[in-house]
Amino acid sequence: MGAERRELLMQGNEAVAEGALAAGCRFFAGYPITPSTEIAEYLSVKLPHLGGTFIQMEDELASMGAVIGASLAGVKAMTATSGPGFSLMQENIGFACEAEVPCVVVNVMRGGPSTGLPTFPAQGDVMQARWGTHGDHPIIVLSAASVPECFSLTVRAFNLSERYRTPIILLLDEVVAHMREKITMPPAEELEIFNRVTPTVPPEWYIPYADTPSGVPPMAPFGEGYRYHVTGLTHDIRGFPTARDDEIGPFIKRLFRKISQNFPDIHMSQTFRTEDAEITVIAYGCVARSAKRAVVEARDRGLKAGLLKLMTVWPFDRSAVEQAARRSKVVLVPEMNMGQISREVKRVNNGVSTVETLNKVDGTLITPGEILEKITEVLS
Amino acid sequence: MGYRYEIRLSGSGGQGLILIGIILAEAMGLYEGLHVVQTQSYGPEARGGASKSEVVVSDEEIDYPKPQKVDLLLAMNQASCDLYFPDLKEGGTLLVDSTFVNQIPSLRAVRIPLTKLAREHLGRGMVANIVALGAISELTELVNITSLESALVGRVPKGTEEINKRALYLGKSEAEKALKEMQGKEIVDYTLEETAV
Repeated sequence: MGAERRELLMQGNEAVAEGALAAGCRFFAGYPITPSTEIAEYLSVKLPHLGGTFIQMEDELASMGAVIGASLAGVKAMTATSGPGFSLMQENIGFACEAEVPCVVVNVMRGGPSTGLPTFPAQGDVMQARWGTHGDHPIIVLSAASVPECFSLTVRAFNLSERYRTPIILLLDEVVAHMREKITMPPAEELEIFNRVTPTVPPEWYIPYADTPSGVPPMAPFGEGYRYHVTGLTHDIRGFPTARDDEIGPFIKRLFRKISQNFPDIHMSQTFRTEDAEITVIAYGCVARSAKRAVVEARDRGLKAGLLKLMTVWPFDRSAVEQAARRSKVVLVPEMNMGQISREVKRVNNGVSTVETLNKVDGTLITPGEILEKITEVLS
Repeated sequence: MGYRYEIRLSGSGGQGLILIGIILAEAMGLYEGLHVVQTQSYGPEARGGASKSEVVVSDEEIDYPKPQKVDLLLAMNQASCDLYFPDLKEGGTLLVDSTFVNQIPSLRAVRIPLTKLAREHLGRGMVANIVALGAISELTELVNITSLESALVGRVPKGTEEINKRALYLGKSEAEKALKEMQGKEIVDYTLEETAV
């Protein structure tokens, strides 16, 4: 075992923390909550040694505020929480969308609503991740299904947030967050790290919210002579509140455009045995693992099943789902909620194939047996 | 087609079941080079309540991370023995801490008074989990005692390495003894057949 390429047994939450450090995160503000606490614990030990900052805040509202402040000062910043804390962060997540502040929010899903089931898994926050903060806004939400993915998708989350100047939500669930698996840590030079584009013009020429072909304006860190106004109010290109319809419309449309014109970069999914699948299971997070086992067992029984695993949950991967719907007679969406992604699948499917659902909300992971039973029932 | 071996370590919160799950997974994953996934399930309490830690081992990549039919069940209290025994595979191994488990559902169970031994031989009941770990090395061929020892040293608090190593080897020798006693006796397991209905 060389020092360069280390194989370790690591927990999902620890891999998130390692991914954050590898991506260049040097600021964490949060409030501990099961099942996300290990992310904070791990970073509280590691960050100070790297010259970074760890702050345990008084609550999740303040945590999100601190993360935004750190990012505006030019530091890659994150927080981690679970359902109840995620609810409290929503207002400031909206602020980060409006003011275009890159940051990463990890939400380890547990049973809800309210305090719910602190130590049991669920997937109930998928729609909240999309629409939890008010107002029309785009958002990018990723979902990890393994320990290596916890690492790689955290790196990816930081890269996307820096590239598109937007908050990124990384969804885990209790199973993935607390699971331990082997992971080979890639050497730092093999990782692709993206840092936000900063202005090349002197401070007096800087226009903080100027439109650009990419839709993403260069971002100046506070403290280096660039002075500009940051507000949650809808603003003009200089950052000051505006009431002019010819400024409001283009601003909101730019927020959407910077995401929508880059779908191929943002969308991530994996397929398994879908080439000739009569039934395609569409799953994400821990359930994707049960689904994969179910597909293997279905194939052993001669049933043509396949799997589409979504790693980008929002913006919804329309093209991947459409392809699955066109190829299969049936699409099955198992979820640990009463049907959140299945609604999107039905919308995108638009009657092309049959959409079946499998919903489990008892605090336990959907088993391969349950999915296999549904596959068998649907195909017979 | 590869194999899949599933271990469930169960008892009450505070007995150190998650820790031995981690050590076991590390020993099998990093030192024996197998694919492993370790998961856990526990209540919101810091101590008490039901707690379990599970390790799935395979020679190929593991998709579903939880056990489907358990090959080896450790029960460190009566409640967990009662609750999880039906999930044991036919012919699977049941290891009980006979300090706490009095009603044993199978004649083929390996009974070791883990906590009592830890108290009497090592003066610390809390290392009963490590005694169990040593016993497990004797009950499955998938992990070697030296791998466990290497993993253990890195995962227990500094200054407790010696007592934990002694606990590990105590568990191994007690399991050897228990298995020897069981050998030769024709054990017909009625209970397994009954529960199969």
